[in-house]
Amino acid sequence: MKFISEFRDSVLIQKTADEIRRLTSGTGRTFRIMEVCGGHTHAIYRFGLKDVLPKEIEMIHGPGCPVCVLPEARIDAGLELVRHEGVIMTMFGDMMRVPGKYGTPLDMKAKGADIRMVYSPMDALTIAQKNPDKHVVFFAIGFETTAPATALSLIMAKKQHLTNFSIFCNHIIIAPPLRALLDFPDLRLDGFIGPGHVSTIIGCKPYEFISAEYGKPVVVSGFEPLDLMQSIMMCVRQLIEGRCEVENQYGRAVLWDGNSRALAALEEVFDERNSFEWRGLGFIPHSGWKIRDEYAEFDAEKRFSVIETSVEINSEAACGDVLRGLKKPHDCPLFGTVCTPENPVGALMVSSEGACSAYHQYGQRLHEIEIPSNFKLQEETVV
Amino acid sequence: MSTNPVKFYDSSIQMAHGAGGKASRRLVEGLIAPLFGLAEISGEMSGQAMTLNDAAYLPLGSAGTLAFTTDSFVVKPLRFAGGSIGDLAVNGTINDLAVSGAKPLALVSSFILEAGLSSEVLEIEVRTMAEAAKRAGVRIVGGDTKVVEHGSADGMFITTAGIGLVDTRAHLGAQNVRVGDKVIVSGPLGDHGITVLLARGDVDLETDDLRSDTRPLWHLVNALLTALEGSTEALRWMRDPTRGGAASALNELANDCGLCVALQDEKIPVRESVRGACELLGLDPLTIACEGQFIAIVAPEYAERACEVLGKEAVVMGEITQTPAKTVISKTQYGGTRVIDMLTGDPLPRIC
Repeated sequence: MKFISEFRDSVLIQKTADEIRRLTSGTGRTFRIMEVCGGHTHAIYRFGLKDVLPKEIEMIHGPGCPVCVLPEARIDAGLELVRHEGVIMTMFGDMMRVPGKYGTPLDMKAKGADIRMVYSPMDALTIAQKNPDKHVVFFAIGFETTAPATALSLIMAKKQHLTNFSIFCNHIIIAPPLRALLDFPDLRLDGFIGPGHVSTIIGCKPYEFISAEYGKPVVVSGFEPLDLMQSIMMCVRQLIEGRCEVENQYGRAVLWDGNSRALAALEEVFDERNSFEWRGLGFIPHSGWKIRDEYAEFDAEKRFSVIETSVEINSEAACGDVLRGLKKPHDCPLFGTVCTPENPVGALMVSSEGACSAYHQYGQRLHEIEIPSNFKLQEETVV
Repeated sequence: MSTNPVKFYDSSIQMAHGAGGKASRRLVEGLIAPLFGLAEISGEMSGQAMTLNDAAYLPLGSAGTLAFTTDSFVVKPLRFAGGSIGDLAVNGTINDLAVSGAKPLALVSSFILEAGLSSEVLEIEVRTMAEAAKRAGVRIVGGDTKVVEHGSADGMFITTAGIGLVDTRAHLGAQNVRVGDKVIVSGPLGDHGITVLLARGDVDLETDDLRSDTRPLWHLVNALLTALEGSTEALRWMRDPTRGGAASALNELANDCGLCVALQDEKIPVRESVRGACELLGLDPLTIACEGQFIAIVAPEYAERACEVLGKEAVVMGEITQTPAKTVISKTQYGGTRVIDMLTGDPLPRIC
């Protein structure tokens, strides 16, 4: 079992596609399904699944890319910290190309700022241990997926009595924006493909309100093409049978009650904020984590008294509508012209998991140029 | 009054400008090529519109045509599984000549050394270069050394320049590419880039079998030219997918020939370990550098013969179609299609 090829089996995927087609044909309706997670959006384009699905299925890209939803005010406030003497700023690679008022972290690095890419907050902790005369800040982003690792780094830092390490905390919580989306009056959605990675931590329970209060099905899904196809099939089946339940397609990684040790680490270190701002969605109550008072010494916001200033965004950018599933990326006037992966205006274009970036990378030009329907590589001449 | 030919609007140079993707192309086409007048030079030399090739052609009349190229190497770390900066410095320049259809003749080498560099480290790399050149049948005939203050260079940087004699059997150019031609790759993609990434130790991954693929390619190109000797036009275009990977090389081809390069996902050769690392890190193997593979566009009737000559790892991974013009696409095994864009940004800095 290699856990990749098995879930990319083209025969099984075709069979699943056939079943979805059988279920939807003749219903005369469109099934509008939101994949919450940016990883799913990326996979749908990367594997060309849109072309495999029948026209009755419309996939809508959700707000599940933490880089994309981070408001510019927070980006600016975090990057402001680099200007303090002796600060080493660390962050995930995705953050390095996010533009703020000082340019992107990459621009700032090119001009001499000490900004380093890390793969884990634990790497940032190691940098702090190795540089006792510097102060290392980790620019923490992500849902409950990455938050436990941040929590662990703080628990370790406290144990080791480190005094030169802190976190600029932008961790966010997945359920509140889904409720906010469902409360939008103009939202037309039939069901959700639930995020996979975050659910390995929180389990399926936090989505129960979606079926109980809003009557929409949720299927928590893995990231391989077969996972997604099966999840879409399960969602469609629920809709046709008139059910609305939380189902777990990603059973090989997600437990119903989540990962209790990771949840305990979150509980130890973090507390809910009253409110947190989301790009495109505005302020959402109880949607972010802050660092508990017991760990205040490691809270960069307290340590450096961070001040957020409001930021004007390009008024033509349709990031908000795209995040709410009201517009497709190519409906935005800036898409592919002013806003490109090379020079992103909105964060949806920055991260490879952002809907606009995925559209641009894998599909944009296909909207302009029809692929011949008979396109097929000729029979292999080589044995 | 002549207008400013420079069309480069980035305010400063970023790592991405060296990554072989979109930013690199913008820098070269927007700033360097126009100021050097490369379009006019290229036109005078070949009578064709300028395309960015791996080497410049210098016609010598009846004596033939010389190919001339240069490449700099700033890889970090200096040594990695399967090779070192010395191997790259020799093979990289030789390969730029080889995929330009030229038999490499001679190299010169220039070293930028950081004060404090261990003499032993330098000696090892110079020896490596001498051996690599010998193995490839090329002489290193001159060079230069400069030393900069400690902290101004990371150990050592090497620049090599090379000349080669264009093989009379080679008639290469994007303008020769036709619909129906096959896209052949000499072996698996991404070995070098992932090897260097892992050697750097930033990510805690280990593999047993992965090594850089750095090797000289002229013998393979020569074998291919010999095998296809019957038809001077059968071999249309070649490129070694170094920085920016196959995605960048093929996008340049698609742009230059105005056609579509249509790959098939399942035919793209990638080792399990490279695929695994790419899956974990969110990278596309098509954007990862090789240092000992090349892509050839071959007339369909010669594709089988070409693969035989190139060895058991060579495969047809796609073909040229009419539309969508100037685009690289890949057909997924499920019947979907994705666009393969040129590398944006720089996922793996300083791999060569």
